[in-house]
Amino acid sequence: QVRLVVPVAVVFSPGSVPGDLPRPLPFRDVQEMEIPVNVRSSVTSCYEMRYRSTTAQEEAALAAATAREADAALHPLQDSTLGSLTMYVLPETSSLLPQGTNVYVGKHRSALLRAGGSVATLQARLREVAQLMSFTASAVAAALSDRVPDGRLSPDTRRSLKSSLGYEITFSLLNPDPKSHTVDWDIEGAVNRYVKPVLDKLSLVANFSVDSQILYYAVLGVTPRYDKESSSFLLSAHSLPHVINPVEARLGSSAASLYPVLNFLLYVPERSHSPLYIQDKDGAPVSTNAFHSPRWGGIMVYNVEAPASPQASLPLHVDVDMARVMEVFLAQLRLLFGLSREEVPPEFLLESPGNEGLADWELDHLLWAHTVENIATVSTTLTSLAQLLDKIGNIVIKDDVASEVYRAVASVQSAVTKLSLGHLHAAFQASKEAVTSSERAFFDPSLLHLLYFPDDQKFAIYIPLFLPMAVPILLSLAKIVRESRLRRKEPTKMD
Amino acid sequence: FQDQAEQFFRSGHTNNWAVLVCTSRFWFNYRHVANTLSVYRSVKRLGIPDSHIVLMLADDMACNPRNPKPATVFSHKNMELNVYGDDVEVDYRSYEVTVENFLRVLTGRIPPSTPRSKRLLSDDRSNILIYMTGHGGNGFLKFQDSEEITNVELADAFEQMWQKRRYNELLFIIDTCQGASMYERFYSPNIMALASSQVGEDSLSHQPDLGIGVHLMDRYTFYVLEFLEEIHPASQTNMNDLFQVCPKSLCVSTPGHRTDLFQRDPQNVLITDFFGSVRKVEITTETLSLDRDVAAVESKFPEEEVATEPLKYAEQLPVAQIIHQKPKQKDWHPPGGFILGLWALIIMVFFKTYGIKHMKHVF
Repeated sequence: QVRLVVPVAVVFSPGSVPGDLPRPLPFRDVQEMEIPVNVRSSVTSCYEMRYRSTTAQEEAALAAATAREADAALHPLQDSTLGSLTMYVLPETSSLLPQGTNVYVGKHRSALLRAGGSVATLQARLREVAQLMSFTASAVAAALSDRVPDGRLSPDTRRSLKSSLGYEITFSLLNPDPKSHTVDWDIEGAVNRYVKPVLDKLSLVANFSVDSQILYYAVLGVTPRYDKESSSFLLSAHSLPHVINPVEARLGSSAASLYPVLNFLLYVPERSHSPLYIQDKDGAPVSTNAFHSPRWGGIMVYNVEAPASPQASLPLHVDVDMARVMEVFLAQLRLLFGLSREEVPPEFLLESPGNEGLADWELDHLLWAHTVENIATVSTTLTSLAQLLDKIGNIVIKDDVASEVYRAVASVQSAVTKLSLGHLHAAFQASKEAVTSSERAFFDPSLLHLLYFPDDQKFAIYIPLFLPMAVPILLSLAKIVRESRLRRKEPTKMD
Repeated sequence: FQDQAEQFFRSGHTNNWAVLVCTSRFWFNYRHVANTLSVYRSVKRLGIPDSHIVLMLADDMACNPRNPKPATVFSHKNMELNVYGDDVEVDYRSYEVTVENFLRVLTGRIPPSTPRSKRLLSDDRSNILIYMTGHGGNGFLKFQDSEEITNVELADAFEQMWQKRRYNELLFIIDTCQGASMYERFYSPNIMALASSQVGEDSLSHQPDLGIGVHLMDRYTFYVLEFLEEIHPASQTNMNDLFQVCPKSLCVSTPGHRTDLFQRDPQNVLITDFFGSVRKVEITTETLSLDRDVAAVESKFPEEEVATEPLKYAEQLPVAQIIHQKPKQKDWHPPGGFILGLWALIIMVFFKTYGIKHMKHVF
């Protein structure tokens, strides 16, 4: 019943129109595809393609020297509402894209692609790019992983963060050896400079709160091995899962908020265990020296250079290079949200999003996945609530619970409608409202089934009370009935 | 290919929770508190942090006036191991351990004022360990000598949890008399259950300590704990070994287990999937490239905090909700007139049967 509509504008620059185009430009076309979720339900994805040729301004913009400049120049000329896409088709021989690259995906919501010869190749390429920039079938299935029958999805698919109204981010500096290192990190400055732009962009998706702390004498759970060849200490990949546990107990979290917490730890190894490198499965040291755990956060090891002279006075003063650290942490934040650039085909060139942290189309990715997930959650919650009410006949629904339910139903219907019209932003907001209302209704403290006695409990309690009391009553009633019957017969016998 | 096969047998959980409940009051039930605290110690040792453990103890043995060794709870004769320790974090203590609170923790229907440490904030990728101990019977478990939880209620609570996907997999362990009756009624998927005794059997306690004067532990939990002492966070021991713990010769009762609702084969389920907290990790291979010369964005936070007015007391309460909500549903009582009518009926029948002349004394 859910239709995901993506408005796509395909713009042909001069010389790129394929010969075997079915109709003359401009024309519209709709491509629908069923994404099966389980036996009973499926999600329909619908790409509304509008084909046209370039305007004079667009042609001027496409005459730029590099793809990036062209993209920047085209940005004000395109429709940049959330969820829509614009694709510019360039002639096969165009020099705008470097050799070997067929597709360039920009920072915003547009892509430049080579024509590819025939209509069939072009259509295939368009579909691939459109799916990359909006949602793929597997992304939708992962968002709806609750409903997919077990066994179809591997247990590792749904590892990105669940859609939530807010997230708490905590940056922690772990200094296990304060006698040797005095570590200074300008976390406030780093948060203002590097983290805030990313969170501002993500503010459409959820509320974020950031805090930071420094923990002393916090040791990792694993002792690293010394490797003579590289004269450094190594943490092997299979010992990484046990690193987090002893630290986690000391991390703490805000007592007031119920939002999921993302922890980012920066670990400065002890003097006696420096330098410390993380090894991947093949035994090679990891360039970022960091690892992350789905739905939890990430850890980065920051090695301090050994002092030039062995007689340098301890403790050494360490100024952490926050830019390098934030590059890794923000990359981990993207991965935790499920935004990975790993499965991109080689002939695609993706523009780096820079300090914003994520491209506009990646933000759309998140919004599509979260909207679909929210709608599925709301329908599951309301169905389960209805089943609970059916089972316990005498449950009392308070007025505010009822109004939350009505509001949730109205919001989710509005979200589904907006999705089928292609208004992603409005659909996402409606789905967020729906989730808030349905959770409030479902988790209302008054709906505890314990408080409403099932019928068999009533019988179990009252029968032992009344049955012994009822026995003499019933026997006496029987005796009365017998006596009155005898008396009615007697007058005929007496005088 | 081997990676894929590994993935298939692994559990898909990302975090672990534990709900440990001791339901008995009074000094002579010392062993139940010791049971629960020992399981708490093991679970903490294997990695689950306090923030992910909900510990409910119905009585305070460490500070009980009858405890000859105050501030300690021992689980072994000769007072080898003090399971109370310095860093125990009890979330629900004493009279807060009620059936209602327990079900509220499980289903999440908690009043909004409850602090985070008293909540079970699990999600669809949480593996939860639920351990209960106390006095039980066929189909029920006694809470604090004043109320019971039936197996039907417990099964319904788990179903509510499943509907809202509050767990990925659940391991339920119960150490009471006739413990197997408590898991008979489960019907939600992904639940594995272990009990210390079958229906009709009693679970026995392990050994008394003459210095303290009470039994210190129950047999089943004692042998389970011995088994858990061998487990470390990286061990690969699976559930089949846990099922073999405490055979009849040691335990006198027959421990039982139930795995028909569980999707994976117990052979492939690691003990640390439930008792420990082994996280799945991935190496970070991507980095973002940041422009280092960017000017700092004006920090908005401190100004916002200063500008807000102090909240008045009334504004912090949901006044609209309080005013407009209907009065709370009271417990169902039969109407008063009914009782009176019933007694009137009894008296009338009495006098009718035994002669009307007695009625003259009334009127």
